[in-house]
Amino acid sequence: MRAHWEHFSHRADMGVRGCSATLAGAFEQAALAMTAIITDPAQVKPAERVDIRCEGGDPELLLVDWLNALVFEMATRKLLFSRFNVTLDDGRLGGIAWGERVDREKHQPAVEVKGATYTALRVNRLPDGAWLAQCVVDV
Amino acid sequence: MSRAYSLKQESEFSWRLEASGNMRVPGIIYADETLIRGMDDKVFEQLCNVASLPGIVQAAYAMPDAHWGYGFPIGGVAAFDADEGGVVSAGGVGFDISCGVRALRTGLTVDEIEPVRERLANALFRNIPVGVGSTGLVHLDDDGMSAMLKGGARWAVEQGFGNPADLQYIEEHGCMAGADPMEVSPRARKRQADEMGTLGSGNHYLEVQRVAEIFNRRIADVFGLRENDAVVFIHCGSRGLGHQIGTEFLKYMVLAASKHGIELPDRELACAPINSELGRAYLGAMRAGINCALANRQIITHLTRQVFADILPAADLTLLFDVSHNTCKLETHPLGSEMRKLYVHRKGATRAFGPGHPDIPETLRAVGQPVLIGGSMGTESHILAGSETGAGLSFNSACHGAGRAMSRHQATKRWRGRSLVDELAQRGILIRSPSMRGVAEEAPGAYKDVRAVVDAAEKAGLAHKVARVEPRICIKG
Repeated sequence: MRAHWEHFSHRADMGVRGCSATLAGAFEQAALAMTAIITDPAQVKPAERVDIRCEGGDPELLLVDWLNALVFEMATRKLLFSRFNVTLDDGRLGGIAWGERVDREKHQPAVEVKGATYTALRVNRLPDGAWLAQCVVDV
Repeated sequence: MSRAYSLKQESEFSWRLEASGNMRVPGIIYADETLIRGMDDKVFEQLCNVASLPGIVQAAYAMPDAHWGYGFPIGGVAAFDADEGGVVSAGGVGFDISCGVRALRTGLTVDEIEPVRERLANALFRNIPVGVGSTGLVHLDDDGMSAMLKGGARWAVEQGFGNPADLQYIEEHGCMAGADPMEVSPRARKRQADEMGTLGSGNHYLEVQRVAEIFNRRIADVFGLRENDAVVFIHCGSRGLGHQIGTEFLKYMVLAASKHGIELPDRELACAPINSELGRAYLGAMRAGINCALANRQIITHLTRQVFADILPAADLTLLFDVSHNTCKLETHPLGSEMRKLYVHRKGATRAFGPGHPDIPETLRAVGQPVLIGGSMGTESHILAGSETGAGLSFNSACHGAGRAMSRHQATKRWRGRSLVDELAQRGILIRSPSMRGVAEEAPGAYKDVRAVVDAAEKAGLAHKVARVEPRICIKG
């Protein structure tokens, strides 16, 4: 399957969903879906690199950790991300995110993400063998 | 609403979900029939889940603006007894700890503002940091951060932001007791480094409004409100620090649930016994988060006063009140024939103490606590007062806002920010925002009718309507 992301509806906030042939790919796509809540990812240059590590817990807890680590990096470095690389190894996640500093004129950021939640949290294989990773994020 | 939940109508504005299955207490929803029909089934599911938590007393409540939240419904109220194994829940407070609304009188009528309204809008937009990536003027080192987390708005006043007289019109007199800055992680502190005195984004705003209608003249007189008065509403919370505390403790509570023997019907309901190390740590951190929100609104008040002083020197900005709507507070409430100390969670719900309550400032005590209800950008907000009956109905709680009627995604498909700004300008409302997409997502039509919500709150006996206010200037994240 072609890797892709989408948003799903949550009345007050938004759900992010990533799908890919691999679990790591689904995590990357979910991260892209999160950026798309804030701005158009195509407008974000992958110029600066940030390394991220998360560990422990099941794949669902790891997804929330990964997204929350990105929220933290976005908030404290004032960055937006548009490219991601995730490797998963025995419950440990190594991630790289590339992005650029928020430019309010260029990016027109709609809303900041406060955190990823455990609501509608799912990481599982679809009948066609592809991976899905999703949860609701609080905005 | 589907037929999956059997709701029993108890009165015109009260509905009951009988305790069944794992529920320890019933669920009670205050709403009219239209609001109930419009509620997502998830509200009832979440209310039943809350009702099943250890140590919950009396009932799990949903306010008229209730909608699907995380674990707890937004618009949810639940009280727990620590001595009966009661719990505290990070999801029951929410990510934006102590998000709330502050209302200021200006000492001016809107007619006095009209000639300089455009200038005022531009100056407020220029001077009050708003939107994604904005930074505040106050940067705290670690000791300064700890002092702020301990002192709240009182700390802010000591630093020169506002007046000591402001403090009595803030819940907890501006300083939440029991805050433990040591429980606030370095990451949470780092997230706040640039965010003191910023409004944030999403549904947060600062508005200059006109008192359009008085519903209860006796109470309005005590609140110092007359028709055509200009007032200011500030809606924001504890910024990155609160979000990070919520994020971290939610995870700790998920991981520790089985250790505490708590079976979670939904991970987002993550909680810990009040009498446990984790429960106490969260309470200490969450209270520090409350102080951060109170300090934040105090700094923004100071910035607002500076702008007014520059453009309208005759203005005198005084606090009507400051309410928080994402909290857990230890309060004394009647339960059966005795008074009990309870940990009351209000998630998207406003405390609404009735007349005579000792925690209301003396000048307002005879009429009840001001309850400030923010509406959507182009519509209206409301000022209510706590009622005599609220204590028995909902642990003195009322609604907090309009609640969304459609998702952000749907809203951007339907509206364009620029045309909304033009349309609202024609109706006499000046919008200033760094993001046109943000404006579209906050389109007035994307929210429920706030009037229906406050009407239901009044008719259910939760609070009295006092005044309706309409926006003239809106600074929007």
